[in-house]
Amino acid sequence: MSIDTRPAPAAPSNRPLPEAIPVRRRRPRRLADVLSGGGVHLLLIAMGLFSVVPILIVLMNSFKTTQGIFGAPFALPDAETFNLQGYINVFTRGNFLLNYQNSLIVTLATIVLTIVLGTLAAWALVEYKVPITPVLAGFFVVGIMLPIRLGTVPLIKIMTSWGLMDTLTALILVYTAMQLPLAIALMTTYFRAVPNELKEAARIDGAGEWRTLGITLPIVRVGIAAVASITMLPVWNDLWFPLILAPNKQNQTVTLGVQQFVGQFQNDYPALLASLTLGAVPLVILFAVFSRQYIAGLTKGYGK
Amino acid sequence: MIRTPARYRLLAMFVLPALLVYVAFSVYPLISSVVLSFFESSGQTSAFVGTANYVDLFTNPTTNARFWNALGNNVEFFLIHLLVELPIGLLMAALLTSGRLRRSVGVYRTLLFIPATLSVVIVGFIWRLIINPLWGLVEFPLLGTEATALPTISLMSVWQYIGIPMIFLYTALLAIPDDVIEASRIDGAGSWTAFWRIKFPLIAPQFGLIVILTYIWTFNGFDIVYALNGSAPGPNYSTDILGTFFYRSFFGSSGQVADLDLGATVASVIFLLILVTTAAYFWLVQRRLKTYEL
Repeated sequence: MSIDTRPAPAAPSNRPLPEAIPVRRRRPRRLADVLSGGGVHLLLIAMGLFSVVPILIVLMNSFKTTQGIFGAPFALPDAETFNLQGYINVFTRGNFLLNYQNSLIVTLATIVLTIVLGTLAAWALVEYKVPITPVLAGFFVVGIMLPIRLGTVPLIKIMTSWGLMDTLTALILVYTAMQLPLAIALMTTYFRAVPNELKEAARIDGAGEWRTLGITLPIVRVGIAAVASITMLPVWNDLWFPLILAPNKQNQTVTLGVQQFVGQFQNDYPALLASLTLGAVPLVILFAVFSRQYIAGLTKGYGK
Repeated sequence: MIRTPARYRLLAMFVLPALLVYVAFSVYPLISSVVLSFFESSGQTSAFVGTANYVDLFTNPTTNARFWNALGNNVEFFLIHLLVELPIGLLMAALLTSGRLRRSVGVYRTLLFIPATLSVVIVGFIWRLIINPLWGLVEFPLLGTEATALPTISLMSVWQYIGIPMIFLYTALLAIPDDVIEASRIDGAGSWTAFWRIKFPLIAPQFGLIVILTYIWTFNGFDIVYALNGSAPGPNYSTDILGTFFYRSFFGSSGQVADLDLGATVASVIFLLILVTTAAYFWLVQRRLKTYEL
């Protein structure tokens, strides 16, 4: 007696495939197909947690006592470990309010200057075509890639000779120069999209060039928002220029202040964590609100 | 229609303010830095010394060793960014545009980008705290060991900036018209094939841009290393990159005298490294990359 181990001959399939189902070759199941909607969510949730949990750990521990921070670093504050002393210490011992004020002044002034100067320049580069216009436009575009930090030694000399060393003005001027190329590249793309008929109609009606620009501005306001949102982050977060051009106590920005605070209060962990939290919160909120404009600015600016 | 002389006048009027600020505080300092590197200044006077500062930088046994060490570390810093940021950024962008998400896309996109909105001072501190042996998450002193300090700092920086390549690739993927993908589906391509055969080649030019921007940003890096390890980054200079070497060269440190000429020279060398690489990249690579008009 023997068992027939040969596979049974496949029965010829004569049934035609239904018309409605598209013919698909059989493929091995690949990762992307296995990932159903649930899988994609799961992976993104894991990555999202990895992005924000470290920040939340700092935030959470800033509301605890030192014992709480070291006893159970990954536990939520409870009745026994909850403590606001860190925040009280930051406001009484550090220079926090002054640092905030300095950062606000520098960031807002840079944003306003960058928008005003960048918009005017971009308008002109789009509107007034003469042989030198593309050369000028190219000259500005190169600046997107220029590492301005490497000009620090001459910048120190310029600021010293102009009496601007250790002033917020020095920071504002350098940051404006740093952000202008990207702002001009961005505004140029937005101005190009404005219909010519509109500007011509304004001019025929007797509007001067300033008036014509004024009529155009509401149309490019999305671009202005994009410039504002991409200028905000590098200026608020910069450590290099505050360290070199405005290191004095009364001119310190939040970033430099936090850096010094970390060095100064090594063992006051609640205060340290509170200062870190206070340094991060406003920008994270602003970014969350303006993330759409930020993304548009980043990719349109550099992508050109 | 505006007449030509008027156009010149208007162009000058609108461009000049921006041009002045840009030249005075960006272009001029950079060029001036290169010029300065050929001079030796003492007090009020300065004399042209040709390439003496460069010879000094590369022959003085201390600066020479420090420079090559910093350059090597910077290359490692750049490569770790590239090798980790690009694939993960691509995966994130692919997941965000996989068509399997609806309104949650915006939430994920924002969450993944949030670390990039923090200052490096904060990022450095957060991670130093988390990997602190006192907290018991990692027993090994990652930042205190020569072999692991630089990769650890690089990965902290990658954690922070992962959102940037993600955003570039994400917007590039979004720009691909639906009918291109639809057509490939009708031809029997699954989402895996469609991604690698259709979408990936279409976003290829973005990779070039990300690589060169990462190069410029990492070779211009300073903050994360300074925030964690100060201006003479240990252990034993194992985390010293060009930015910290540059800072030390004109500000001085315990082992080095402050020297503005040396600072300008180091800056010029870094500037040259960035300029030559960027130019070569645009001439040799970006021009030849096929861009598909969609």
